[in-house]
Amino acid sequence: MNGSPAETKPKAVPWPAHEEPSRNGLANYGLFVALIALFLWSYDGSEIRLGDLFSREGGAQIFAYIKGLFPPDFSANVIREAVRGTFETFAISFMGTLMAATIAFALVFFASRHLIYSGLLYELEPKHGWSRSLRMVPYLLAKGLLNFLRTVPEMLWALIFVFIVGLGPFAGVLALAVHTGGVLGKLFGEVLEDIDQQPIESLQSTGANKLQILFYGIVPQALPQFISYTLYRWEVNIRVAAVLGFVGAGGLGQRIHIAISLFLENQLLTYLIFIYALVTIADYLSAYLRRRVI
Amino acid sequence: MNSPALPSYSKAEQSAFPYLFTLFFLIAFVDSWRRAEVSPLLFLEAEGRNNLWKFLTGMFPPDLSANFLGLMFRPAMETIQISVMGTLIAIVIGFPLGMLGTRTFSASGVLNEVDTLGSPTRRAWGYLVYFGARAVLSLFRSIPEFVWAFMFVRAVGLGPFPGVLAIGVAYGGMLGKVYSEIFEAVNDRPLEALQSTGANRLQIFFYGWLPQVLPNFISYTLYRWECAVRASAVLGLVGAGGLGQQIEISMRMFNFHEILTLLGILFIMVATVDYISAKIRAVL
Repeated sequence: MNGSPAETKPKAVPWPAHEEPSRNGLANYGLFVALIALFLWSYDGSEIRLGDLFSREGGAQIFAYIKGLFPPDFSANVIREAVRGTFETFAISFMGTLMAATIAFALVFFASRHLIYSGLLYELEPKHGWSRSLRMVPYLLAKGLLNFLRTVPEMLWALIFVFIVGLGPFAGVLALAVHTGGVLGKLFGEVLEDIDQQPIESLQSTGANKLQILFYGIVPQALPQFISYTLYRWEVNIRVAAVLGFVGAGGLGQRIHIAISLFLENQLLTYLIFIYALVTIADYLSAYLRRRVI
Repeated sequence: MNSPALPSYSKAEQSAFPYLFTLFFLIAFVDSWRRAEVSPLLFLEAEGRNNLWKFLTGMFPPDLSANFLGLMFRPAMETIQISVMGTLIAIVIGFPLGMLGTRTFSASGVLNEVDTLGSPTRRAWGYLVYFGARAVLSLFRSIPEFVWAFMFVRAVGLGPFPGVLAIGVAYGGMLGKVYSEIFEAVNDRPLEALQSTGANRLQIFFYGWLPQVLPNFISYTLYRWECAVRASAVLGLVGAGGLGQQIEISMRMFNFHEILTLLGILFIMVATVDYISAKIRAVL
């Protein structure tokens, strides 16, 4: 390094940052070819017949179907069923999300690495003690359980719970509870990773024990985020609860399933309108509550 | 940022909100408990207990025979294929609609200010297109993909194709919405600069607009693809191909040891796709 500032090459003004290609051209082409291959393979496997869809016959069929949807069936019977289904859907999503938050809240502290076996709380303890290994056990169990709950889709849980507790909305509640419990567990865990360490340290220096640190240092910091994530998942769950009925777990989905199966298109449109209204209201409500909490 | 020393209660304490909220929450809780037929005791009753036991013991050992795994290979691949094609259609639907549903693209902003300045008609058309596109997107995404799938099964028959269409339409609506949010966030200055050099609208779009949105755009699309894999794995429950169909069959036949295998396959698939998608995102 002998360069005085005058000797160094004038730096090119990058616009818009094309100057330094981050990867070479070959990898670029490789990615492109792989992508095309993926599309071709998928096209071949998924039996796409767009021609059918846009042919005169297919078009006419779809048009007839859409025309059959109108007018929506607003007879008192259907409206009553739809209102009942809407409330049931709300109830499933509400109870499911509440249970999910409980599951996640109960598990997340065990599944958080620096609360259970490493980090600030344990810096005074020996690094290779048997107690440390022992603490690994609940950590791994909780983490594994959350992962498992999350991996199985809600619909599948619903199928399983329909078998265990029988047809009806309760199966839907349980399905939402366990799947969303896994998802919230992961999200809550991320919140815990991000919390400010200083209050914990100061609590520790005053001689607070671990439980006190948890309640006065960790939970107050994390709670608003926990609530916000729970509300967000509730929005998602309203949509899911609306279709859980397809496998027999109550709510609007059950009515929709029947309406489609029996070709009652007018009723179908009514239910779809109710879903739309429910989802929209839930979105606004959740956004409003989130603003209040944070 | 909330200070942990001063929890955020102080602001809320002044209003009636907490009391009202608690009231509504309790009402909703009691009503939902009843409506959703929540009955935890069901697990303790003989039937629930038996079923749970039958399910748990039935799952083990998982069916790992070469015959069954061979049979499941094709549906597993089909699930991936459905998700890829579905996402592709979603992009085809979501991109143009998302663009039209962007205020700064179709109604106001640098691209339109010259045209709309003296012409209320042109302005009205712009907003009409904008609101129209938003309405279509909102319609597409508020009907759940399961309902779409079931309707498409009715329209085009059983098999993977209705699954592709369902994911395409439902995810098209979601992608379109997020795309338009990304588009709204485009920095105006490069556009303005391009315009002042005399670039036409197409040039502004390709050199000022697209380079800004592309990274976000790809990353979100990849995320949606991950979701699509999960979705296409269960769309089969209504007859739209893929693993879901096998899961439904095994469940109806009470072959729980097959269910465990299928869950394992699903887990591996989802993990692989997440890994690939994360890799691609890291490259970009």
